[in-house]
Amino acid sequence: MTTQTIAYREALRQGLRAALADDERVFLMGEDVGRYGGTYAVSHGLLEEFGEARIRDTPLSESTFTGAGIGAALNGMRPIVEIMTVNFSLLALDQIINNAATLRHMSGGQLNVPLVIRMTTGGGRQLAAQHSHSLEGWYAHIPGLRIVAPATHEDARGMLLAALEDPDPVLIFEHALLLNVEGTVEGEPRPMELDHAAIRREGGQVSLITYGGMLHKTLAAADQLAAEGIDTEVLDLRTLRPLDDAAIMASVAKTHRVVVIDEGWRSGSLSAEIITRINEQAFFELDAPPVRVCTQEVPIPYARHLEDAAIPQVEDIVAAVHRLLG
Amino acid sequence: MTASPPQEGPDASPAIGAAGLDDPDRARALMWQMIRIRRFEEKCAELYSAGKIRGFLHLYIGEEAIAAGAMPALAERDTVLATYREHGHALARGIPAGAIMAEMFGKQEGCSRGRGGSMHLFDVEWRFIGGSAIVGGALPLAVGYALADRLAGRDSVTACFFGDGAVAEGEFHESLNLATLWQLPVLFLCENNRYAMGTALERHQSQVDLAAKAAAYRLPSESVDGMDVVAVARATEAAVDRVRAGQGPMFLEYRTYRFRAHSMFDPEHYRDKAEVERWRQRCPVETFARDAVACGLLAATVRDEVEREVAEEVDAAVAFAEAGTWEPVEHLCRDVYAREVRP
Repeated sequence: MTTQTIAYREALRQGLRAALADDERVFLMGEDVGRYGGTYAVSHGLLEEFGEARIRDTPLSESTFTGAGIGAALNGMRPIVEIMTVNFSLLALDQIINNAATLRHMSGGQLNVPLVIRMTTGGGRQLAAQHSHSLEGWYAHIPGLRIVAPATHEDARGMLLAALEDPDPVLIFEHALLLNVEGTVEGEPRPMELDHAAIRREGGQVSLITYGGMLHKTLAAADQLAAEGIDTEVLDLRTLRPLDDAAIMASVAKTHRVVVIDEGWRSGSLSAEIITRINEQAFFELDAPPVRVCTQEVPIPYARHLEDAAIPQVEDIVAAVHRLLG
Repeated sequence: MTASPPQEGPDASPAIGAAGLDDPDRARALMWQMIRIRRFEEKCAELYSAGKIRGFLHLYIGEEAIAAGAMPALAERDTVLATYREHGHALARGIPAGAIMAEMFGKQEGCSRGRGGSMHLFDVEWRFIGGSAIVGGALPLAVGYALADRLAGRDSVTACFFGDGAVAEGEFHESLNLATLWQLPVLFLCENNRYAMGTALERHQSQVDLAAKAAAYRLPSESVDGMDVVAVARATEAAVDRVRAGQGPMFLEYRTYRFRAHSMFDPEHYRDKAEVERWRQRCPVETFARDAVACGLLAATVRDEVEREVAEEVDAAVAFAEAGTWEPVEHLCRDVYAREVRP
């Protein structure tokens, strides 16, 4: 199998290209996905390759093109809706929550919505408070949705393919800071299952539980800690709803100490949910209270030094582990 | 194409009415459907008072000519989306009255297994996709249904019913724009009953001529007297033909009036009883039944026959609902996902 080193952006594009080539029912719809080539150039070249019927530029109507994706999914297609950034998805919340997440149960199981919605998430680019938030944990609150956050290149292309095979609405959160990061993939894109978390680094002293853009900072922190002789395990959640409780508890049972790293805000967050589950299911495995590293509870500011201070950094993760180990 | 809007008000006569028909069977069918919806809903109100039906219950009484006139224009392969005031649409589309009543009782024999209630009637066999209680929320779905039909090369039409209140929602404007931009086979059907819940049209719209507003998106738009079942049928048939022929979406405004309160909780402080009474003089059921006899289309005895048939059907629907069963609580979390997953 050939190994390629590609940017995360290219991995996303490979996933899209494979999806469009494999299934006539798949089409991509969103703002500037076609002629512009995608706001982040993810869909560059796809219009030329697949044509206007399948690479559809939309007006700035998040609610309606998301709802149209739901309707098309209900009516036999496999749409991929691209929302430019997570903050803009708030304009489509009615459709995502009142329709996509709800229709199956509310119709007594008659309907299902095989829709994929992709969006960028996260801060770190000095785009200030209306382009930089991490609301995936908030979406993970909603029954009926499946929430995934591919952090690796293989997941970037493969989770899309698995999401298209899923009969339910899947929201894919792609961290914008990953787009230029290079990594390796093997062979052709293949579906990467959506059910399990993955251990990205084996270790025995502390479990570092994270996902998405924070995976890379966490791995960097783990390297630093290893240099100091602290042996951490890094668990990449991959899927934020449903959570892979078994993988979380297995890691806790091994290390007995946990740090959760989440770019979301702390209050009412995914990190709170993870730690609650650990307390419910593995309380007596713990040797110390769980620790969280989260974004400061402010709208993300523009100024570089303030943004850096708001978002978890490698040194924050390292410091949290030091505190935990006393 | 924008027809100049007729100004049907409480004192207008039907522009076409029963005299516009020459087929007695058709006349009987239209009368039967309107009476069926009327009596079914009167029974619903009674059962609400008796505590058999709970939650919100929005009655369509006064507006029956629209569902009765419009629905026969659609084919089985077409898709229908409606609002939370959709009992009439569900009945006229063909969902059995018993399944609708059982739904309102919350029984698992209901058309949504008791998960939806009055506001969320679904039946995929009839391509009846709700039952949406978010005002304007079904319009984007309709655009998507039509997009899928277009991409798959089907000649189906998607009909989306909504009220005048939806015209104030962003999704209305986004959906008309997108459907017209992409020339999708959507029929936007606005039931203008002059009140967005309790807020009169003049108090929620800067432009009260809704067809003119829709026409700004460059889709053909017309207004029709929604109290005249024959006018509704003719306008809808022409609109369906046009949309099915691939000429893009169309907007129809049915001018109508709700005789009853917005829901069972509405004390109706926002409108005069005299206004309601004037509109009641234009009752679509009574004017049509009277005119059909007057013009010799139907024998005077037909009304009684229809009333008997309908009474039997409504009684049977109630019996079906009464005999229905409660979904076991252990099934509560079924069908949150199509692929079963842990929470």
